[in-house]
Amino acid sequence: MKERAVLDVSKLPLHGLSTASPTWWGTCAFMLIEGSGFALAIAVYFYLMSLAPNWPIDTPPPDLFAGTMLTLLLLASIVPNMLVSRWAKARALAKVRVGLIVMALLQAAPLALRIFEFPAMHVSWDENAYGSIVWTLLGLHTAHVITDLIDTLVLTCLMFTRYGDNTRRYGDVEDNCLYWNFVIVVWLPLYVCIYWVPRL
Amino acid sequence: MTEDRKQSSLMDDGLDDAELDWHLLKSWETPRGIWKVIATVDHKIIARRYIVTAFVFLILGGMLAVAMRIQLARPEARILDPDRYNQIFTMHGSTMMFLFAVPVMQAMALYLVPLMVGTRNIAFPRLNAFSYWIILAGGLLLWISFALDAAPDIGWFAYVPLSGPEYGSGKRADIWAQMITFTELSALAVAVEIVVTVFKQRAPGMSLDRIPLLVWSMLVMAFIVIMAMPAIVFASSTLILDRLVETQFYNPAAGGDALLWQHLFWFFGHPEVYIIFLPAAGMVSTIVATFSRRAIFGYLPLVMAFIATGILAFGLWVHHMFVVGLPRLGESFFTASSMAIAVPAGIQIFCWLATLWLGRPVFATPLLFVIGFIVTFVIGGLTGVMVASVPFDTQVHDTYFVVAHFHYVLVGGAVFPLLGAIYYWFPKMTGRMMSERLGRWAFGLIFVGFNLTFFPMHILGLLGMPRRVYTYQPDLPWGGLNLFISLSALLLVSGFLVFLIDVLVAWRSGEPAGPNPWKAATLEWATSSPPPAYNFRRIPVVDARDPLWRYPEELAVTAGLRVDRRELIVSSVVEALPEARESSPRDSIWPFWAAIATSIMLIGSIFTPWAVVWGSIPIAVTLVGWFWPKGTAEDIS
Repeated sequence: MKERAVLDVSKLPLHGLSTASPTWWGTCAFMLIEGSGFALAIAVYFYLMSLAPNWPIDTPPPDLFAGTMLTLLLLASIVPNMLVSRWAKARALAKVRVGLIVMALLQAAPLALRIFEFPAMHVSWDENAYGSIVWTLLGLHTAHVITDLIDTLVLTCLMFTRYGDNTRRYGDVEDNCLYWNFVIVVWLPLYVCIYWVPRL
Repeated sequence: MTEDRKQSSLMDDGLDDAELDWHLLKSWETPRGIWKVIATVDHKIIARRYIVTAFVFLILGGMLAVAMRIQLARPEARILDPDRYNQIFTMHGSTMMFLFAVPVMQAMALYLVPLMVGTRNIAFPRLNAFSYWIILAGGLLLWISFALDAAPDIGWFAYVPLSGPEYGSGKRADIWAQMITFTELSALAVAVEIVVTVFKQRAPGMSLDRIPLLVWSMLVMAFIVIMAMPAIVFASSTLILDRLVETQFYNPAAGGDALLWQHLFWFFGHPEVYIIFLPAAGMVSTIVATFSRRAIFGYLPLVMAFIATGILAFGLWVHHMFVVGLPRLGESFFTASSMAIAVPAGIQIFCWLATLWLGRPVFATPLLFVIGFIVTFVIGGLTGVMVASVPFDTQVHDTYFVVAHFHYVLVGGAVFPLLGAIYYWFPKMTGRMMSERLGRWAFGLIFVGFNLTFFPMHILGLLGMPRRVYTYQPDLPWGGLNLFISLSALLLVSGFLVFLIDVLVAWRSGEPAGPNPWKAATLEWATSSPPPAYNFRRIPVVDARDPLWRYPEELAVTAGLRVDRRELIVSSVVEALPEARESSPRDSIWPFWAAIATSIMLIGSIFTPWAVVWGSIPIAVTLVGWFWPKGTAEDIS
């Protein structure tokens, strides 16, 4: 078939950011998958609750301290997270490097608090279905925190190499910030479920 | 980006066709050699692997069906013992659903979607390579366990408590649950690739209302996968947890619930039917238009019907659970929603018939399979409306009536269109035509064999024969029909044999096909058969829904892409306005290693929970190797 050139694309940028980047859409798709998983886990929580004569089953409600501190910490981390994202957009390499180190610390800190959340449930995962679902909710979220922490650490290392100053890397940093916001946002309904629903 | 402009880079606009082909081939081709082949990220090569693997599983699953038919051909047969029979019907269902139907439909998307939207590779091609190795590992896990007489024996839906720690001894149920994790991981990865390819890599000008119907159907399918599969992953993971570390999700004595399993399973399981059916509907829409020699009747209603089916698919799951004793109001709701899905299905059938009616149909083999599809699918749909009614369902639940119903829907609704699609796109995939004569034989034998095999099962069901029994007594009135069914199954098998012979012969020595043997309208026919590694010499520009019918002599294309690196066009979601000249990743061996590491972790976790902890480390290492920049031209931006 004969070809006729009708459109010159040579002036287009070599990499788009946010909605012009396939990686951004891929991140969104994975957030949709994981968001569905979280929504489902919450549905299971309420399903089991609807069956139980009293909730929590044979245990007092969880202690609030560790979980609430973790929630506040996560919410506070939104500010530096958004700053890093903004710096990445502006291609401010030095600021992005520092910001990523700060974010890595802010993502590691919740893990320390998480260690105290499991005993605060006053129930083991194998005692009853209540224990199983709250441990699963906590575990599922912890897995997400760890995943994003590792991602941040690898990105931090990368930004200190010669590959760092590249639109593609700045896009990766922005996507990583987006994902951390997701990790925070999905925690909020989990926090309400785990800590406040048993107190209703 | 400015630095790059300064660098000298080889662009496509100064080159003649032969030079351009040479340079593109150098950038995109998979070199020879076993490790190069393992490292390839070419969507066509990976899709072909997927399709061949899925058909191997179809043959294996089909052989299990034959074994069951031999056992059931007469009463009190002793060919299979009850335990082996349990393993066989579980393996048959699991293989057909998880290792054949879903992967083969996604594989067709992997091959066709990038070509039909006019791009050079799928989005996230390395994830694509990873997904194939993962599903292969899941299939091997299941089938090796069968060879060792340790296959799951709990049905393809693995209901608790039968699959739970109390009754499901050994590792059989765990193997089933982890096979699920493998296949769903792979399916989710492919779904993400399809969504992003369709959203972001369409040829300039291919606005939403110009997307080929097959691509629409694959897009909706991908979204159903994304929303539904987390349910089965959650279910199978909690089942393993119950079995391995004694969580109590499904134990009623400790606040758990057996029905929770059924809710989770069918919340995935019913959309699963549409994950399989919607791609088939896309294939039918394509084949009907091509062989009617006219544009499809009702493009917009068809797209709306696909989307409506995708949404309604999530409101039906409880109709699999009518006999477990749910509240009456809930049952009525799910009866209504189950009947409502017949509306978009009816719209689709109407549009296809209208296209045939208004066109000048050419009854080539692909269209014959489509006609066969319409007939069988309508019968399956009618029995579907019947079992949507609670009183009727209560009567036939767990009988052969249901077996008949879902084979009409799944084989009629998906396998017939798939076989038609193979006949239709085989020339594109291999450059060779399949035989029209053998194709007609294959269609005739499969269509007649299928109906003679499965229609009598409706009657057997009404006569009260339950599913999943390994034998029956001679004084029950089922012997004659069962023998008839088993003999008819041989006819069906012979049809598949003719089909396979046709494929093998055509692959070796079929007539050369040329770029567009069917005179079809969509972009995949604008390139050679089989397409080169880079798909299109120049990326097309589209201003019509049926570009090759609108402009049969000439293809409008873009100019100004680099050829010394893998480059393609990223465009906007709605109007497909070009946004960037994005690079596409090179071949990489890391997805293969990541799949190996993931497989070790998943299989290890059948035996100890610590496998998850220690197994995650090699996975993290391989993922870092996968994503770490290698300083290639593709990394420049």
